[in-house]
Amino acid sequence: MVGAEGMTRMLWLQGASCGGCTMSILESGASGWFDELRQSGIDLVWHPSVSEETGEEAAELLEAIRDGRERLDLLVLEGSVARGPNLSGRFNMLAGTNRSIYHWLLDLAPLADYVVAVGSCAAYGGIPAAGINPTDAVGLQFEGSDVGGALGAGFRSKRGLPVINVAGCAPHPGWIMESLLALTTGDLTADGLDAVGRPAFIANHLAHHGCSRNEFYEFKASAEAMSERGCLMEHLGCRATQAVGDCNQRSWNGGGSCTKGGYACIACTSPGFESAQNYLQTAKLAGIPVGLPTDMPKAWFVALAALSKSATPRRVRVNATADHVVVPPSRSGDKRSS
Amino acid sequence: MTRITVGPFNRVEGDLEVRLDIESGRVARAEVTAPLYRGFEQILEGRPPLDALVIAPRICGICSVSQSIAAASALRQAMGVVPAPNGVLATNIAHAAENAADHLTHFYIFFMPDFAREAYAAHPWHGAAAERFTATKGSAAREALPARARLLEIMGLIAGKWPHSLAFQPGGTTRAIELGERIRLNAIAGSFRGFLERVVFADTLENVLALSTPSELDRWRDGRAGDFAHFLRLADALALADLGKGPGLLMSFGAYHDADGANFRAGLRASDGMISTLPSDLITEDVSHAWMRETSRDPAASRSVPDADKADAYSWCKAPRLAGEPVEVGAIARQAVDGEPLITALLASDNSNVRNRVIARLIETARLALSIEGWIKALRLSEPFCETSGEMTDGRFVGLVEAARGSLGHWLAVGGGRIERYQIIAPTSWNFSPRDSDGVAGPLEQSLVGTEVGDAGARAVSIQHVVRSFDPCMVCTAH
Repeated sequence: MVGAEGMTRMLWLQGASCGGCTMSILESGASGWFDELRQSGIDLVWHPSVSEETGEEAAELLEAIRDGRERLDLLVLEGSVARGPNLSGRFNMLAGTNRSIYHWLLDLAPLADYVVAVGSCAAYGGIPAAGINPTDAVGLQFEGSDVGGALGAGFRSKRGLPVINVAGCAPHPGWIMESLLALTTGDLTADGLDAVGRPAFIANHLAHHGCSRNEFYEFKASAEAMSERGCLMEHLGCRATQAVGDCNQRSWNGGGSCTKGGYACIACTSPGFESAQNYLQTAKLAGIPVGLPTDMPKAWFVALAALSKSATPRRVRVNATADHVVVPPSRSGDKRSS
Repeated sequence: MTRITVGPFNRVEGDLEVRLDIESGRVARAEVTAPLYRGFEQILEGRPPLDALVIAPRICGICSVSQSIAAASALRQAMGVVPAPNGVLATNIAHAAENAADHLTHFYIFFMPDFAREAYAAHPWHGAAAERFTATKGSAAREALPARARLLEIMGLIAGKWPHSLAFQPGGTTRAIELGERIRLNAIAGSFRGFLERVVFADTLENVLALSTPSELDRWRDGRAGDFAHFLRLADALALADLGKGPGLLMSFGAYHDADGANFRAGLRASDGMISTLPSDLITEDVSHAWMRETSRDPAASRSVPDADKADAYSWCKAPRLAGEPVEVGAIARQAVDGEPLITALLASDNSNVRNRVIARLIETARLALSIEGWIKALRLSEPFCETSGEMTDGRFVGLVEAARGSLGHWLAVGGGRIERYQIIAPTSWNFSPRDSDGVAGPLEQSLVGTEVGDAGARAVSIQHVVRSFDPCMVCTAH
């Protein structure tokens, strides 16, 4: 896909978006994202937040791509596609063009080698699709977990791929850049996507993997209130054992993650995460959390949880409901307490 | 008379459209359109109140913490919770980091690249401006983006991640800071000070904040390196103090409360310089030119019901008014209401304008850097960060905070344990408001009148300077 001038031409558009995916990607690169793009052979043809061209200059550029006068290698969308009212797209017009983002995307997507949905809004509809979905917001190729969306189930970009869904709200900057670069090197193919279009190199992991609260999880030593150190799954809504993403194997903003920050994973990489309620409380049936790990027999989980709870060291049990370490590890090894 | 349309309007947060009537090469009338509506208020209705902590920050990727703390503030009243003092301090640190990061993003990524445009190629200063500030290619971004990312490492320690965190709760913050983490916060604050003193100001923050008159600022600027002095020279060369005059009234809800009260005071500054208390109960929203149905003018009682076919409407943004008047919000208003000496003196000399808005943001950034250092020191590491008692009650509650771009309010009505109504008035809802039922234009619409466009028409850079000087956040505007 490398063109005559040797650079991959990327156009980034924003739909019904908060702009947070752009805020995330602007954290990428040791000498800034613009340098990183150049060093990676990507020519950022236009991006609404950072490019010089505005007004007529920008509109002319988009028209040139639409009319086939300018090549388009990567088309990135951030934000959902607001199709309403009545499929007019008027909830989200591209200013100065008298045309909705929805209709611009219908024009531009078939012209791109690859189409990338950055963030859960562009992928599945995301937060704007919550509740009554006031604007008929959908993802590029999904509406929640149902394939379809703005471009339709059968859509394939010029290189034969469906839309690549870099889910997350907002996604880690590394997820975005690595997905884009894997496309430019030809390493990301249709086989490398999961059932809802997410790159497998991200979606093959669970947010739980590498969680710093792992010892608390092992012993089912649970936090009972916000800011406590214990596992967030039993009481405080954490869905990290079910949500995909290598969240806790990476560093967010220099060392954080949601669970490190002291609050639950809300499964923001999953289609439909916006439809949940009471995010910071665990839904339970007969005292047992409804959302258990998906690939483990429930009875086994309950039995193991009961066993590990009875084996919990005092250190782990006490620290789980404290906001700082009360009982440090002891050199002689912790004895199980009664 | 000719009518020109400017859009898509990039290098702002979101998109906007400006329509201008031009007479004799000058803007005679302006209309601003917020072209995006997502319906957050409709989405929030009927949910459990605490869901606002998940939904509301996602209105905006650039001022997500501000949206979080506005929601948390309203919920705090609903739950009768007094937040843990450490939680207040940690919130201030993260909120100030976002505020400062936004000011840097605005200055380096959104605003300054306009001076590198070809339209200015004939000016003697253009070469240096282009080398430094050309969009995506100038040398400044290579320093500013890593400095921004380093500053946002504060979020990794306090908030887990940015944007969109659940760390900001009614009772405080969700991660207790340990000693090693306080040392790391100090190191980040030190990096930030280093960037500001080396790259932005080429002077110590203390020296910058000691400037108190326009003439002191002019003397300080002469012969000085740094991007702030660079801007001041460009602003004088292009007479940016004569461009984009504001409507007169400046408002701040007050920000960064700690044991000593608000670090930036709340209030209203009249065009004669008088500062009065904020009559926040006189805030209304008018929908006469918005694609919205009439419900109530009182944000505590109104709802948002879109009507895309409404006659005479031209924006998804409602028109907020204070006692019937449009007001300007933002760093310039915050610093003016707080009585910051240099901003007070600049306003007395030539009011709110393109130059003074940019100066106010950078002065505020220097103040925030010092405040962050102080709040990190004030954390008491053995004490709690989050108070977890409190039961949700029905009633009407208001969260009034300051985002980087100005005053942000969340009006929450809880009934039967659910959100009955939720209304949000964001900073750019004020600044880029459409006309009201009296035909009174919003602040930007007033500021653009008189702007010279010459032969350039829709491509006039002067229009770009005026619009971007407000640092609009269009994703917040209509939400």
